[in-house]
Amino acid sequence: MAKITLDRLRHSYMSDPKGPQDYALKELDLDWQDGGAYALLGPSGCGKSTLLNIISGLLHPSEGRILFDGKDVTGLPPDQRNIAQVFQFPVIYDTMSVYDNLAFPLRNRGVDEGRVKARVEEIAAMLDVTEMLGTRAAHLSPDNKQKISMGRGLVRDDVNVIMFDEPLTVIDPHLKWKLRSKLKELHQKVKVTMIYVTHDQTEALTFADQVVVMQEGEVVQIGTPVDLFERPAHTFVGHFIGSPGMNVLPAELRDGAAFFAGQQIALEGAVAPGAGRHEIGVRPEYVTLGPSGIAAKVRKVMDLGRHSVVEAVAGDTKVSAIVEGAAPGQGESVHLTFRPDQTRLYRDGWIATKQERAA
Amino acid sequence: MQKRSIIPILYIIFLMLPIYWLVAMSFKTTQEILGGFSLFPQKWTLASYRTIFTDPTWYWGYINSIIYVTINTVISVTVALPAAYAFSRYRFLGDKQLFFWLLTNRMAPAAVFALPFFQLYSAMELFDTHIAVALAHCLFNIPLAVWILEGFMGGVPKELDETAFVDGYSFPRFFTQIFLPTIKAGVGVAAFFCFMFSWVELLLAKTLTAVYAKPIAATMTRTASSAGYELGLLAAAGTLTIIPGAIVIWFVRNYIAKGFALGRV
Amino acid sequence: MRKVNQKAWFFVLPVLILVAFNALVPMMTVVNYSVQETFGNNQFFWHGLGWFQDILRSERFHAALGRQFLFTFLILIIEVPLGVIIALSMPRKGFWVPVCLVTMALPMLIPWNVVGAMWNIFTLPDIGLLGYFMNHVLGIDYNMTRSPLAAWVTIITMDVWHWTSLVVLLCYAGLVSIPDAYYQAAKIDGASNWAVFRYIQLPKMKQVLTIAVLLRFMDSFNIYTEPFVLTGGGPGNSTTLLSIDLVKIALGQFDLGPAAAMSLIYFAITLFVSWLFYTLMTRHDVK
Repeated sequence: MAKITLDRLRHSYMSDPKGPQDYALKELDLDWQDGGAYALLGPSGCGKSTLLNIISGLLHPSEGRILFDGKDVTGLPPDQRNIAQVFQFPVIYDTMSVYDNLAFPLRNRGVDEGRVKARVEEIAAMLDVTEMLGTRAAHLSPDNKQKISMGRGLVRDDVNVIMFDEPLTVIDPHLKWKLRSKLKELHQKVKVTMIYVTHDQTEALTFADQVVVMQEGEVVQIGTPVDLFERPAHTFVGHFIGSPGMNVLPAELRDGAAFFAGQQIALEGAVAPGAGRHEIGVRPEYVTLGPSGIAAKVRKVMDLGRHSVVEAVAGDTKVSAIVEGAAPGQGESVHLTFRPDQTRLYRDGWIATKQERAA
Repeated sequence: MQKRSIIPILYIIFLMLPIYWLVAMSFKTTQEILGGFSLFPQKWTLASYRTIFTDPTWYWGYINSIIYVTINTVISVTVALPAAYAFSRYRFLGDKQLFFWLLTNRMAPAAVFALPFFQLYSAMELFDTHIAVALAHCLFNIPLAVWILEGFMGGVPKELDETAFVDGYSFPRFFTQIFLPTIKAGVGVAAFFCFMFSWVELLLAKTLTAVYAKPIAATMTRTASSAGYELGLLAAAGTLTIIPGAIVIWFVRNYIAKGFALGRV
Repeated sequence: MRKVNQKAWFFVLPVLILVAFNALVPMMTVVNYSVQETFGNNQFFWHGLGWFQDILRSERFHAALGRQFLFTFLILIIEVPLGVIIALSMPRKGFWVPVCLVTMALPMLIPWNVVGAMWNIFTLPDIGLLGYFMNHVLGIDYNMTRSPLAAWVTIITMDVWHWTSLVVLLCYAGLVSIPDAYYQAAKIDGASNWAVFRYIQLPKMKQVLTIAVLLRFMDSFNIYTEPFVLTGGGPGNSTTLLSIDLVKIALGQFDLGPAAAMSLIYFAITLFVSWLFYTLMTRHDVK
């Protein structure tokens, strides 16, 4: 087990990158604490798999270093890094039994059979696969195959980190949450650092203590699930997490005050000075419909049972609001108000307001 | 990585040596060939090629071969398509047995069939026609085409068919406008293999022809035996038989590996 | 699951008619010959299973069958491992892949008698490239028309030249179908090159290897044209393989009865051994 440090890491798949746009992974400085449960969240092609492969050693970064507990491992091949990886599609050795599959990483390292047996049985019990040990791995269902490939990582007690590359892709929906809670449970039991790569916000937010959100090769925010939801550092995070995502509204900044649709909007705090493209971000949860506020017309109402999502149009801009109880009908005129402590200004995508402490 | 590539390189050199020798010899004069050993043609000559392209018994050999190979490929693929579709989509009485029986026809030694084939096609008065050879080659090419196409079709989800039928496509229209384009790589691979096996087979082709449909390869045999040792001519004719195969394989190069992988055992 | 639909027979009908026409009619003719005796003039007499007994007891048949098995055995133990090794060392992507595939497939596209003629020219003692090299550079006496050993080495080498690529292409197809994740997982698990081969590559190649072994068995067991053109079965009878002998009897001596009986025995052996291979190689899949 180890703390993982990424030191000014950059990677490009091109041999001669010209500018930032040629990098699949832009410069990255990051610490993963020992024993943490991390999720790496982002849309397809954001560079999260690249990052994962760099940590596991399958890919050599163009620039920068990777340190495990302060020791430089950038040049080491995967088998010497003591890591484990679970892939999108279950990788198991078809011709071996489940037992031999689990024993494989130990036997490759010359561990004696007595110890192998003890470890395999311990891990099998942990994964609830004890009764399958004798069967051929080829006959297992996809979720059990994923468990076995996970087990091959866990079976080594010297493993530094276990990485999951969208491991639930091929699992039936009703088994997904079961496997996910198993993962969570395992993490609490063995306390190994785990990094979970996914594009699914639910998976990321339920699994991880810390979520790293990536976009276009760049880390946009690192934080607890609550942080990401409550105070997105970037409009992308606000938009990507939450359902529906945060409202991002074009805004004007005049003398430190923000205006949307001609009206001044109260923000959570003071705006940092500067210039750029300004946007106001507010989650639909904090938009209320009332007698006064910004005039808008209801375009669509979605009844989700306990609450409704109201999609209104103010000027040309779409604003979503979550309404408990009776919702207005389509075409009605409404007035919108934003809860000030949850309303922020973003400049060129990045947060530009300071939260007032002790609000 | 670099060290490993020595194996394919050596193998390819081994493959190319006899071909090189054949080509080199086709450009030599007969005196030079019989006069002694020379690694390269000392005096380049196109005499052998000139003979082939001016003598109808020679060049008709090529035309005959190409005609029956083409007919065979068209027939094989055309009849194999619906059959492969049936095997990949439906279960029916005796389907497994039929599939296996089809494949066993590849196992029959051509030598076993040579004489009965001669009698059969003579009785039907098809002896020495292109269609006779084309039909005879169906014996081993149709099973092969069915096998390859079935493999490709098995990779197409059944939902495609169902969606098309729900959308109101008739079967023939679905098959020609949706299904065929989806498996066109498979059709290409199947056609390639039919072409290949029909092109290289000689025993049946020779048995079933005398003059009018005589394949090029058979013309060569005659030269080798009757006209003494016209090695240059033989080499030139041989070189020319490699060309059609080389052209065809270039077109399907990206699919060969895939074509081999598919198909069930 | 596939749907049960008896109408599917209509789809299969054209194939059935064409293949049956080509397979059954000649087969019936062969069966018919095999139980009759003829003294010319198209007069036939019932001979029962006499020809079969004669053939099965004939030393000539035993010798040809022995040579045939030896040939096929040598072909398989050379071509299959060689093909696997070459496929393993081929590049997986890039410019060289199509180049390799095309050049390797080339020998298979040459008409079989041209293959024989080509190797004949190649091995001529004084004017062939290989013949000259062996006799005059290495100083090994190499002449196919005199030495049975030279003849055997040559027909084996020729077949390796002609057909190893089939094994290569099949194995290669199996190898490229392995997702990268398998190699990555094996790397992480610390697997040796041998373990990667044994537990990842070999299992994935098993299906194509089954096809390769079956095809190579069937084709090498039925081989006729190439060795016939190259050696004519000689020197003496040393390279007279089963089908060469068969054609000698059927067309050379016009002994239709024995030839037909021999054809059927031959066919039966091919079928039986193919079935044996097939069952042995796929046995582990059925649990």
